[in-house]
Amino acid sequence: MTSPFLVLPLRRPQQGLSADLAGPLAAFVLVMLVFSLATPRFLSSATFGSVAFQLPELGLLTLAMLLPILTGGLNLAITFTANIAGLTVAWVLHRNGGVDAGPAAFALGVVLALAAGAASGLVMGLVIAFSRAHPILVTLAMMIFLRGLGEFLTRGGDISGFPAFIRPLGHGSVLGVPVPLVVFLACAGLWHLLLSRTRLGFNIYMIGSNIAAARYSGVDTRKVIVLVYTLSGLMCSVAGIIMLARFNSVRVGHGEAYLLITVLACFLGGVDPFGGFGRAIPVVVALVVLQLLSSGLNLLGASQHLATAVWGMLLVAVMILRWLAGQAVARIERRRRR
Amino acid sequence: MLRKLQTQATEMVLLAVIAAICLVLSLASDRFFTLVNLFDLLNASAVNIIFAVGLLVVLIAGGIDISFAVAASVVQYLTALALARIGGGGWASGLLIAGSIGILLGAFNAFLIHRFRIISIVVTIATFNIYFGLLMFFTRGVSIYDLPDWWTEKVILFERQMADGSWAELRLPVLVMALCVAATWALIRHTTTGRQLYAFGDNPEGARRFGISVAAMQFIAFGWLGLMAGIGGLVQAHYAQEVVPNALYGRELDVLAAVVLGGARLGGGRGSVLGCVLGVLLVAIVQNGLNLLGASPYAFRMIIGVIILVAITLSNAQVGKLLAPRREGRAAP
Repeated sequence: MTSPFLVLPLRRPQQGLSADLAGPLAAFVLVMLVFSLATPRFLSSATFGSVAFQLPELGLLTLAMLLPILTGGLNLAITFTANIAGLTVAWVLHRNGGVDAGPAAFALGVVLALAAGAASGLVMGLVIAFSRAHPILVTLAMMIFLRGLGEFLTRGGDISGFPAFIRPLGHGSVLGVPVPLVVFLACAGLWHLLLSRTRLGFNIYMIGSNIAAARYSGVDTRKVIVLVYTLSGLMCSVAGIIMLARFNSVRVGHGEAYLLITVLACFLGGVDPFGGFGRAIPVVVALVVLQLLSSGLNLLGASQHLATAVWGMLLVAVMILRWLAGQAVARIERRRRR
Repeated sequence: MLRKLQTQATEMVLLAVIAAICLVLSLASDRFFTLVNLFDLLNASAVNIIFAVGLLVVLIAGGIDISFAVAASVVQYLTALALARIGGGGWASGLLIAGSIGILLGAFNAFLIHRFRIISIVVTIATFNIYFGLLMFFTRGVSIYDLPDWWTEKVILFERQMADGSWAELRLPVLVMALCVAATWALIRHTTTGRQLYAFGDNPEGARRFGISVAAMQFIAFGWLGLMAGIGGLVQAHYAQEVVPNALYGRELDVLAAVVLGGARLGGGRGSVLGCVLGVLLVAIVQNGLNLLGASPYAFRMIIGVIILVAITLSNAQVGKLLAPRREGRAAP
């Protein structure tokens, strides 16, 4: 977006358990300390219960945002893709008896929802890969389209009335771990493996660092970009299905406020805004920090809005700390050279 | 001459598309091509155009701003409070207060961007959340209806009764819009600063080595957008006759889409005031036309989304290149 020289101090190669985890972990320790001192009720199972149930929605959407950012793009359509996926499930369930719909109908709905999300991602990926349009624009247009489509289909209302067996997907626990959290951790693990162990992951980093170099070294950049946005769309569908089970209803606009928070979470998790650098695990830690912050502030009697403001301040603080760290490293290197 | 034509290609295409749409709409609906409708269109688009020309300057300088719409809401609130404190005020004091607060909010973005070398999208996403979160926290989401009379009173610049008895009226927002557009045009086209903004957006490092002050560029670009956001906020409250804290939430992306549709490039160095105004008008005309044709209001955004998607695809895809056999390594995604 702006000049590359403006971020030179921030770019560092990745090394094992690297610096990108330091920021989120420091924030984590800080948040734990401050809130445990501020209120004795913070270090309780209730706090962690609420974090565990709230984390997955934002978390899954953040995973959907992560891949495009790593390639140097952005996917602004994530929240409405999730809504459309939720609508698809709702539509299939209602077609098959609403509250009396069977598991087979739900399974069909899930498959179709995944297909819908993937299709939205596929279209965006194709447009981005084959025209030179900036990802922000393409996904913004898709976002406006999907929002319109959803509002057109639902007339702006809620859709509810789902069979009872879906409830555990949003509210149940397996061995004490909330089901949504299990789904989120599985997806996060999948993303981690994809990024660190597969050729696609490697190519994603290559493209994010230098797309021309990636192309000249034989990477089919178009294919990778199409895949990235398709996978992003798929992950949105998972988020949409979990949201449907959590709220027991679908409304276009659910989770809309998460859109920019997911970008914030990625940056907080050490992902380079230009792409090319960033890993899944620090982003997960950053998500935990954000949720702990909002739960803690909630305990102190502040509203979610104040938490949102504090999230923004946290991002600024982390970016300033990174800048200071970069300055310090540069100074040491200059001294060594002398 | 050829060069001039090339640089204005986007504007020409937009004009042609708008002309075509207008032609179709005036054939399809007898209410489209009337003075009443034209004035309605201008009154309703004024605020978006004010925001758009501000955002244009930031885009030209190679930045992006997500926070300006909620910044405008913050300005509305603070201005309302300040005016209540000084006992009413008038347009002059209102503009002065709103403009100053807007510039301050914009300068805060520029400060973070320049001092700590954070890129603009990260900074403005952060300030978006900070501004909006704090605004909702302190106002508890409560609207202000009790505004000074001068602020909410309808000011009609020009009116004429049509043959069917309806009134065509051009309102104050259009005048403010015209002034903002003219000022922005003068800034980026006819001042050294304007040329420097283009140069800086196109190649920041080159501009820096050439002796252009990077700090000045950031503060001017974001300060200008802040000023426009302040003025736009004031005018929006005037138009809506109330201050609602989340009224402008989400507006930033609509304006961004329109501005880029008008030929500004994310990444800097390109964009014109004409294109930017046409981009906003294109979206507004389509919306207006769909409305007159009786399309479901729920279908609006869907259709507009498709139009923007198609427009972006066509304006960026080199169709010939796609059809022609791929040359070695040339076709860049």
